Amino acid sequence: MAREIIIEAKNLTKSFARFKAVDDLSFAVHTGDVYGFLGQNGAGKSTTMRMLLGLIYPDSGQVQIKGTRFNNNSRHLLKHVGAIIERPDLYRYLSGWDNLKMFAGISGVEVTTGRLHEVLDIVGLRGREQDKVKAYSQGMKQRLGIAIALVHNPDMLILDEPTNGLDPQGIYEMRLLIQRLSKDLGKTILISSHLLHEVEQIATSMIIIHRGKKIIEGDVKSLLSPDETLMEVVYVQDEQLPSRFTGSKWVDYLVSANADKATFKMNPAGMPDLNKWLVEQGVQVMEIKSSHSLETYFLSLTNSPYAEAGTI
Amino acid sequence: MLKLELYKIFRRPRTYISFGIITAFAMVIQLALLADGKNFISFALMGVTEQFEIQGKILNGYLVTYIILQSLLVQIPLLVALVAGDVLAGEAGMGTLRLLLTKPVSRTKVVLVKFTASVCYALLLITWLAVIALVMSVIVFGTGDMVNLKSDTVVIILKDDIMWRYMAAFGFAALAMTTVASLSLLLSAFADNAIGPIMGTMGIIVVLMIFSTLDLPVFSVIRQYLFTTHMIGWKGFFDDPVPYRAIANSAVVLAVYTILFVGATVVWFNKKDIQS
Repeated sequence: MAREIIIEAKNLTKSFARFKAVDDLSFAVHTGDVYGFLGQNGAGKSTTMRMLLGLIYPDSGQVQIKGTRFNNNSRHLLKHVGAIIERPDLYRYLSGWDNLKMFAGISGVEVTTGRLHEVLDIVGLRGREQDKVKAYSQGMKQRLGIAIALVHNPDMLILDEPTNGLDPQGIYEMRLLIQRLSKDLGKTILISSHLLHEVEQIATSMIIIHRGKKIIEGDVKSLLSPDETLMEVVYVQDEQLPSRFTGSKWVDYLVSANADKATFKMNPAGMPDLNKWLVEQGVQVMEIKSSHSLETYFLSLTNSPYAEAGTI
Repeated sequence: MLKLELYKIFRRPRTYISFGIITAFAMVIQLALLADGKNFISFALMGVTEQFEIQGKILNGYLVTYIILQSLLVQIPLLVALVAGDVLAGEAGMGTLRLLLTKPVSRTKVVLVKFTASVCYALLLITWLAVIALVMSVIVFGTGDMVNLKSDTVVIILKDDIMWRYMAAFGFAALAMTTVASLSLLLSAFADNAIGPIMGTMGIIVVLMIFSTLDLPVFSVIRQYLFTTHMIGWKGFFDDPVPYRAIANSAVVLAVYTILFVGATVVWFNKKDIQS
């Protein structure tokens, strides 16, 4: 059975003066997805997320939430969504509890005191809710922001850079929290982050945008297929080796080669054969590294000439 | 939502600065008049006493209240702008506007609720002014007939005929401050920090007040259309006879300006991209 689309961007375009921030961007987030939204700084991620939430109006295109067109006259649809955009800026002079209660009051849904306690439990802030927000650490503010996004029990969360400003422990805890929101609470999550390996560990589907255009979209597993793995071989200086690749079967997999390092795009299962061939060539292999990561993949796409042309 | 907005305003320490300033200002004038009021009155009535003999307690609570209200003509709009100029721009600056607008609330409702909250604040400020200026002055200086010295006439209002005039004057002042609040709100919708709208409101009011009060022919055409000309309409309640038509006209002008300012805020805010 086809999964329901919770939020869909259709041909969104937005310019600021003469700068086109988002260019004919379309994608759909389905129920149960943890949807990674990737792109370099200035790629148009935040602008897109703001358009999804009605903070910024597109020049053309539209957003649909649960199949209904979302605009200023249908803002009630936002009750299906909880969001943190960029960072959870809160009322610093109020307590965490007051902040939570205040935003619960305008969430479009009746929220009980029990529910307020429940979300504080989920994000691990129980016991600190009466403290003023100005006394909170960045991690606590992020977690309170998620509690506010969650308080009306929406189907979907939109989290823009939720690990921004967090220390490694905070990032780890945030990752666990997001995984819990997805697996235990069944929330659909759209998440953007510049920490690509974080998204890689969380996301089930993803989109990569560059200069406002979609470069690629799909499920993370197929996009990071082992066949696409980048393997880097480091060896003792050998000026002749790059030319010897040319006459071998390995040239088909070769991405780059120089006197002390060569990179191949290949299935890791073929690595023993490559290693054996290198030894037969008298090459002293020092290290073989797999670059099987979203980061490498992302960089290979956004730095490629195809990305510049927006044709991948 | 209004309750939440008021909660936000009245949980901010800065909100109470205005009440403190009014209290301090009124008390300074009261203390000064308590210490040196006789000389002040002698000086003020110098021209009058040459022709008339005025008996009784001239320096009473009603006159002191009038002096305080005259003195706070410019300050009260500034205090209203402190909050009204902050309601949208301040939230944009803090980043909370972004979070607020990700909730299922219409932008029109956000503007109207914030305007209503600003008006509530202005009304409380006027009420506080009434308590501090009128009640305290009456307690300290007692009551009596009020001598209202104008540039070309002297109006004497009997003791029993004064209180309703003050109530009406405070009501009119509340309307004038509503107009100020709506102007601040409009400027607030254009900005991403509160300083601009607060300074902008003050700048506009000061400049327009100059136009309103300077007796130059070049300003006479536009003067009647400026809201600042009509903001001092409360003074009419201390004339004899009371110029009801002129006061009503001023009230209508202020109401029209308020509607225009709020309407423009709604239109602009509904079109605005939230990038803060």
